[in-house]
Amino acid sequence: MIVETGHYALVLALALALVQSCLPLWGVARRDAQLMAVAPPVAVMQFILIAASFGALTYAHVVSDFSLANVIENSHSLKPMIYKISGVWGNHEGSMLLWVLILALFGALVALFSRAMPDDLKASVLAVQAWLGSAFILFILLTSNPFARVSQPPLEGQDLNPILQDPGLAIHPPMLYIGYVGFSIVFSFAAGALIQGRIDAAWARFVRPWALLAWTFLTMGIAMGSYWAYYTLGWGGFWFWDPVENASLMPWLAGTALLHSIVVMEKRDALKIWTIFLAILAFSLSLLGTFLVRSGVLTSVHAFASDPQRGVFILAILVFFIGGALALFAWRSSALKPGGLFAPISREGALVANNLLLTTACATVFTGTLYPLALEALTGEKISVGAPFFNLTFGPIIAPVFLLMPIGQMLAWKRGDLIGALQRLVFAGVAALAVALIFAAIHGEPVVSIIGTGVATWLIVGSFVEISARIAGRGATFRTAFARAFGLPRSAWGAAFAHAGLGVTLLGLAATGWGVEKITTLKAGDSVDLGPYQVVVQSLETRPGENFKASIAPSKIMRGGVVVASIEPARRFYPSRQMTTTEAGIATLGMGQVYVSLSGENPDGSVDARLYWKPLVAFIWIGALIMAFGGILSLSDRRLRIGVARKARAAAPAAIQAAE
Amino acid sequence: MIWSVFLVMTALAVLSVLWPLLRGRRGTDPAAGRRDVYDAELASIERDVARGLTSEAEANASRAEAARRLLAASKAAAPTPSGSTMARRIAALAALIFIPAVSFGLYTIIGAAGYPDQPLQARLNGPVDGGDINVALARIEKHLEEAPDDARGWEIIAPVYLKLGRASDSARAWQKVISIAGVNAERASSFGEALVYAEDGQVSPQARAAFEAALNSDASEPRAQFFLGMADEQAGDNQGAIARWTRLLESSPADAPFAPAVRERIAEIGGRPTGPASGPLSAAGAAVAAMPADDQQKFMRERIAALADRLAHNGADPQGWQQLVRSYAVLGEKDKARSALDDARKALSGDAASLSQLDALSGQFGLGG
Repeated sequence: MIVETGHYALVLALALALVQSCLPLWGVARRDAQLMAVAPPVAVMQFILIAASFGALTYAHVVSDFSLANVIENSHSLKPMIYKISGVWGNHEGSMLLWVLILALFGALVALFSRAMPDDLKASVLAVQAWLGSAFILFILLTSNPFARVSQPPLEGQDLNPILQDPGLAIHPPMLYIGYVGFSIVFSFAAGALIQGRIDAAWARFVRPWALLAWTFLTMGIAMGSYWAYYTLGWGGFWFWDPVENASLMPWLAGTALLHSIVVMEKRDALKIWTIFLAILAFSLSLLGTFLVRSGVLTSVHAFASDPQRGVFILAILVFFIGGALALFAWRSSALKPGGLFAPISREGALVANNLLLTTACATVFTGTLYPLALEALTGEKISVGAPFFNLTFGPIIAPVFLLMPIGQMLAWKRGDLIGALQRLVFAGVAALAVALIFAAIHGEPVVSIIGTGVATWLIVGSFVEISARIAGRGATFRTAFARAFGLPRSAWGAAFAHAGLGVTLLGLAATGWGVEKITTLKAGDSVDLGPYQVVVQSLETRPGENFKASIAPSKIMRGGVVVASIEPARRFYPSRQMTTTEAGIATLGMGQVYVSLSGENPDGSVDARLYWKPLVAFIWIGALIMAFGGILSLSDRRLRIGVARKARAAAPAAIQAAE
Repeated sequence: MIWSVFLVMTALAVLSVLWPLLRGRRGTDPAAGRRDVYDAELASIERDVARGLTSEAEANASRAEAARRLLAASKAAAPTPSGSTMARRIAALAALIFIPAVSFGLYTIIGAAGYPDQPLQARLNGPVDGGDINVALARIEKHLEEAPDDARGWEIIAPVYLKLGRASDSARAWQKVISIAGVNAERASSFGEALVYAEDGQVSPQARAAFEAALNSDASEPRAQFFLGMADEQAGDNQGAIARWTRLLESSPADAPFAPAVRERIAEIGGRPTGPASGPLSAAGAAVAAMPADDQQKFMRERIAALADRLAHNGADPQGWQQLVRSYAVLGEKDKARSALDDARKALSGDAASLSQLDALSGQFGLGG
């Protein structure tokens, strides 16, 4: 009964989404406030229904209801509870349900938290969001229904792919999806503005928190996915330029460009058409990512559903929305009033440079990802585009971004003073040089790594130079500086942290050049030198797990004869899927990591292993977390909460003034 | 019961559309939100000036710009007139009809309203209603785990396994029965038969030994004779096979259920059947036909159909495809085997290893291409 109620809730949500697609737009066309007012409550109701549906599917997974094909194919009654729950979205059907759940969540959030937004804009945005919802719910119900039942329920399921039985699955897809799908609301804002034919600085202000929210989650989702790949795949790598990874990087690059162009639009009423284009682009690339992963065009661990029928359906959705939005864009953008011109050396000039570089970088990734697919489709020839291509193309394009970033932050709006900006950055330049020299003295080659650490320092220090100038400038005492630090808009702090976070990530990436890698055979009692550490294997043993059997090599990590950490690298065998997974043993020492992964067992009882020492590697993900923290800080800026403030102000003007 | 839940949900959904339409509501001023934005901008300029973060000249320029935008926003927006009652009524009526029509209509096509939840624990604890053979099986298995020496239990479960297509489990169960309760013709034959099924119709030396043991207990055991004939045939000894089967027919009543199939086998490998014959059958096909229980063949076909159905929905299963092709081939349905092979190649087109396995399979059964 619960299962079928969830199924019906999803069908009902489709009906509501269709209503939400039409009535509000009719209201916009007729300028009828009451028809427009239909959108918010329906958006909320639609979310409640999809949430109920998602809850019902989760229930079925939790109680191992094997009358659902989806549960049979992806669950097992002995699986630990956390993987029963995360297994709900660890498969094609469930992940698409999560996708529409988040789509509806964003619709509901806009309905609830955008009181200040003009009714006509809100109605258009929610209507476009409902088109997206209708298309994807229809896709689920017609081609990928998670509620499909079987008449003879078996007693046991086929278990979830063991690679996915990891805490990473509980976190990575939901975050990534909030990021991906978050750009849907930005897309809806763009389409809504195009439908209305009006776009101004206020639009930028309304859309900015949503873009920021999506970007923050996408950043965390990508970082999480990268760390997951790092510790489960057992190759010690964290980014493989795999098409699926690229599919998440492309919207991130476009979304980053969008965040910056929105600022220009908000401050200077310029770059309007370009901003709209980026908003469409960011979500289009998210859709493209979905298409690549879900259609089975790619064969990888992510392509757990390879089905041409679904591929064609998603392709149709893709063509309809991207094509439709671009056609609308071509038709209406000429009606938009372009903003003013501006000087090249100014904050906005620097942001335009940022946009050009980021979108070019995005285009490079796009080419590297899709060219091999297109070539294979047209000629049947298979080529592999990997790290060498991206290092040669993406690298040189993104490098100027790093160099220009602190300079751009120092420039004032309208008319910047380049010489002055550079003078104020002397400190950052000196710090960069000093850090690079220190690393060169300690670790030596490769040169790329030395330069990398210098650039990273330039970014980190440069990000805070502007803020410190604003705080400490013009004869400030300690007290006033403190007051100013708190008085600065949180978005300024957020920007500084996000930029510094990129520097921290770059530091981690640069340090990979000094890593040590060994591939060897291990027996109990063996000792392997690894950079400054020795790894000593204590024993080789097997242990049973809940639904697997593990071969483990408990090891101690020594430095100068002292044990500093112990690890348990393992290989797990899952009988129900006849699959083996690798559980790397990782010890974080300082910011570096010792990484041991077992790759196979030999008849004589020894094991093949890969051992790595990766100095400063943790900075790669810590940097991403700092970036996301910057995003959250910026999101908490009170200037972004116009609607809430307005309501409160009406009620208690005095209190608000006192608080300000 | 469940339909009343659906009805309440639908009513709430319709209400979420009707509520804003029927609520008396004035048109709001669309410029208000935009004015708030610029008000906030002005306020933040003042704050920056007060804290000494901006110079007065910069602040003046910013103030002027914000004021200009505020003016533009106020000018651009005209207050929204409240719409006509007619449009609202049409919208309300459309929602009232459209929502239930779409949701009930679509759900009756794709849903299964009468199908209750089947949580695993409840199924294991609940009464066996006869329909759920899996649950019955699980209970016997559980019993046998606790009392592994219960020959009667193994004897019950062994044929069930065979019916479910778990031939090697069936063979193991028969082995248990024989080791606990001793051998007789019936048990040895059943054991051998399960082994033949487990080997896709091949009579292995172990199976041969089982059939010979059955004949030791009862020289007239027909099943053992039949399979030993198949073993002769598979070893290339057609004359031996024909001789054995002819003896089988002579020693059995003419209307024995297996007689027609045996005659066909004899005809197919070139012997002179002692009775009427019909169309040709392959070796394993005849083995199935010779089974005492007709429904076994039916069951096997159902299983194959279910497998084909599953693969049509989810093609990413190399083992499943191989099993399907082999099953058709073993049943002698070469056309179906070939078309399954084609489907499999399409479904697994990206998977070189599985494709080469399919090629090997095709060669093994002479499916060509």
